[in-house]
Amino acid sequence: MGFRRVAIVGAGITKFVRRAQETPKELAYEAVKMALDSCEMTIKDIDCVALGTAPDAFDGVHMKGEYLIDGAGGFRKPYMRHYVGGGTGVFSPIHGWYHVASGMFDTCLVVAEEKMSTCHPHPAGAFLTIFDHTTEQPIYPTLIWIFAMEMHRYMHTYGITKEEIALVSVKNKKNAMDHPSAQLGEEITVQDVLNSEVMAYPVNRLDISPTSDGAAAIILAAEHVANRITDKPVWIDGIGYSLDTAYWCTRDLCYPDYVEKAARMAYDMAGIREPSKEIHVAEPYDPFSYKELHHMEGLLLCKRGEAAKLTADGVTQRTGNLPICPSGGALGVGNPIAATGLMKIIEIFLQLRGEAGKRQVPGNPTCGLAQAWGDLMQVGTVVVMRR
Amino acid sequence: MYKRVAIVGVGSTGFRPTTPDVSYRELTHEAAVRAYMDANIEPKDIDGFVSTSEDFLEGYSISDEYCNDQLGAILKPISTVPGDFIQSLGQAVMMVRSGVCRIVAVQCMSKVSNVLTLSHVVGFAMDPNYNRPLAMHPDFIAGMEMNRYLFETGSSLEQCAAVVVKNKRNALLNPLAGHGASVTVEDVLNSEWVSYPLRRLDVAPPADGAVVMVVAAEDVARSLNEMPIWIRGIGWCSDTPTLESRDWGSAVYTRLAAERAYKMAGIRSPRSEIDFVEISDEYSYKELQHLEELKLCGPGEAGYLTESGATEIDGELPVNASGGCLGVGHLFDANGGQKVLEVVLQLRGEKGKAQIPDARVGLAQSWRGVPTTTGAVVILSNE
Amino acid sequence: MLDAEKIKATVTPVSEKDVAQGKVLSVRWKPDLRYAWDNGIAIGRYLQELKNGRIMAKRCNGCRRIMIPPRMFCELCWRPTDEWVQVKDTGTINTFVVSHIDWKAGRLPKGQRYYTPAVIEIDGASPGMGLLHLIDEIEPYEIKIGMRVKAVWKPAKDRIGAITDIKYFKPI
Repeated sequence: MGFRRVAIVGAGITKFVRRAQETPKELAYEAVKMALDSCEMTIKDIDCVALGTAPDAFDGVHMKGEYLIDGAGGFRKPYMRHYVGGGTGVFSPIHGWYHVASGMFDTCLVVAEEKMSTCHPHPAGAFLTIFDHTTEQPIYPTLIWIFAMEMHRYMHTYGITKEEIALVSVKNKKNAMDHPSAQLGEEITVQDVLNSEVMAYPVNRLDISPTSDGAAAIILAAEHVANRITDKPVWIDGIGYSLDTAYWCTRDLCYPDYVEKAARMAYDMAGIREPSKEIHVAEPYDPFSYKELHHMEGLLLCKRGEAAKLTADGVTQRTGNLPICPSGGALGVGNPIAATGLMKIIEIFLQLRGEAGKRQVPGNPTCGLAQAWGDLMQVGTVVVMRR
Repeated sequence: MYKRVAIVGVGSTGFRPTTPDVSYRELTHEAAVRAYMDANIEPKDIDGFVSTSEDFLEGYSISDEYCNDQLGAILKPISTVPGDFIQSLGQAVMMVRSGVCRIVAVQCMSKVSNVLTLSHVVGFAMDPNYNRPLAMHPDFIAGMEMNRYLFETGSSLEQCAAVVVKNKRNALLNPLAGHGASVTVEDVLNSEWVSYPLRRLDVAPPADGAVVMVVAAEDVARSLNEMPIWIRGIGWCSDTPTLESRDWGSAVYTRLAAERAYKMAGIRSPRSEIDFVEISDEYSYKELQHLEELKLCGPGEAGYLTESGATEIDGELPVNASGGCLGVGHLFDANGGQKVLEVVLQLRGEKGKAQIPDARVGLAQSWRGVPTTTGAVVILSNE
Repeated sequence: MLDAEKIKATVTPVSEKDVAQGKVLSVRWKPDLRYAWDNGIAIGRYLQELKNGRIMAKRCNGCRRIMIPPRMFCELCWRPTDEWVQVKDTGTINTFVVSHIDWKAGRLPKGQRYYTPAVIEIDGASPGMGLLHLIDEIEPYEIKIGMRVKAVWKPAKDRIGAITDIKYFKPI
């Protein structure tokens, strides 16, 4: 297509916590500083900044991108914020990729930040206004409703049980015990999930990722620069994103078409024909336990309705044939929305470099992907990475 | 190696103080239909989309959810830039240059008449810990900036008022503009104080409207439109957001954004190479300040240029022939869209009575309004 | 490799107690954000007709869908929609939820009925065309996907032209 090859050369991430004393700017700064240090760069080496952050309502600041400029390293630089709802985190490297691949910039700092604890009494309140103001908001819907509806439809269509879905929470929370950023790493059982408080049937408390404060950052570089910075660049070989209609009540919620569209775009670009064989490790977005399964299907990593079985068979464990969310995912590491997506990118970056420590999946993976999702169950964002 | 990018279709709804007859979806849809007709395409021909939106102005959390139906962008690559339209245009340029997309549609929209507590929304953008507890109307920031600008450059209140007079008069010639009027310098100087030295008529009144544009790579641009308008250079930049340490007298972000755009366009002497400009004038003094930052005149010269008539439509350097924000209305993040639209129409020679003769190279510049320090610049030409 | 100890040192966790006891100070701000959204013609008539006790849809002669909520343009065919069609106030549950929490994620007070929102495919609209609304007059956990339901309207004098002119849907 005529674009320059773009590599990830550095990464930084904060710990994810329920409530941080740091301001949003300070969270962003911590992640940026670590990313720069990780590849021995300074902010002067950065040509431009791509900022990802989800609703302004969380941090409680209008034009949050402007507010975050100094913390995110955007001072007197070309600085642009991008936004695709919950899919923002994985869109961040896509947005940064465009900056570098287009030849406009040689290096790009990509920052994702979220401080959900600012919003009172609970960040869920900020989600009322994601619904259509005239035809839906008067019913006072909450975010969990629509996801519980999607989960219910998914279970109904393929005959999947809550037990099978709970296994995702069990796996991811366990994986997260090895992640230094993790908020909720713990060893739990399927029974614990089923016995946890019902939020909105069929969703229980332990089916849901927590609300979190946190930030992440990566540094992208064009090929000629990347090779000077590191001997282990990780290349972004495919990008894809897609947004379905906002009339969510008119879609069949049992299958994420938007994720499939995004995945096909990314696979085409990366020249991937058989995703389930060519992708060695994947980080699909798992803010709810069923979402990991739903997304594995949308990503064409397995057939429709089959993801639950793969999970039960252990295929998606770190030591399995297709490790899914070895980081611990949103369920275990935490879910500061945009930062979670970038956390997933960083996990694949580390896995492909063989630097994931205790979380390292075996077999020397060379190709991985990260994916996020959001809005009214509407958007899919996919990045394929290779060593 | 990288593809040249051109604007091949533009569509707008026009700009009015209120639009009670249409929803935000219908407003954008109308602009999109016009833009696609102008480019002679249908949504299926478009490879990617960029929308422009800020949550609290739309009254939605995650407002990007509601951006694709009205653009015909269902299950297509679309992303939202919470920034000015010219930044969104920058994103579109990168999408085309990288070769991922051949044709991209870019949207922006203002439905600000639906915001009942506008000053609270704008004020909500101030630093929550340091500034917001002071609970002041956000226009005070413009007042402080204006005062410092006048102090540093020696520009006068009369010169600022002359900007208002010119822009509101220009707007009378613009059928798309919503706030055209015949006013005099005295009218401006006699209007009430908003935030000394800023008066009521120095402030652009809000307006609604949508703009959609279609950009394309060179290889398809000529087949879609017999007069593609080339994006020669584009740049955007942000300064510090803090009120405590910003450079109050100058608009550094505009200077830096322009430097990038000039470099990309290969422009060395802006004053002689650029025929006309549409620049940010949410407040009267901003037009003067931005003219200077764009290196179209020296520091402190913009006021005299304005008074001399050089920035009139038939002047040596026409500025805001459309009427600008003061005459068209403050469209918030759609301001850049209105400005680029005007430049495109001028370069195509479609402006009728307000046509600038021999317009070949035009510049559009935007600023995101108080309390921000983010600006963008794009340079367009018809050859 | 990222240093785990450094990551752990990046943030300072704060507990609710620290805040409540004033050990950590915070600024509180309740924004005054108010809007009056223009509905446009399609949703405008939709609301007007709800006041009259009718659910109106719009047909697109391109894709032949009968769409609720009605819209002025078909987002799939990219053309203006065609005639208005009155659809029924009955339908089928496509999916539903039994919600133990309110919109602020707060627990419901003891004794309050759980919320049971559902996507209801409305009879007369194209298959798969649903509305978000509430279900009532049935034990929450007895609701089933595929169940047939009918709208329960507010008395005509209490209707204001809003989606809440339908109180809820009940099983038939």
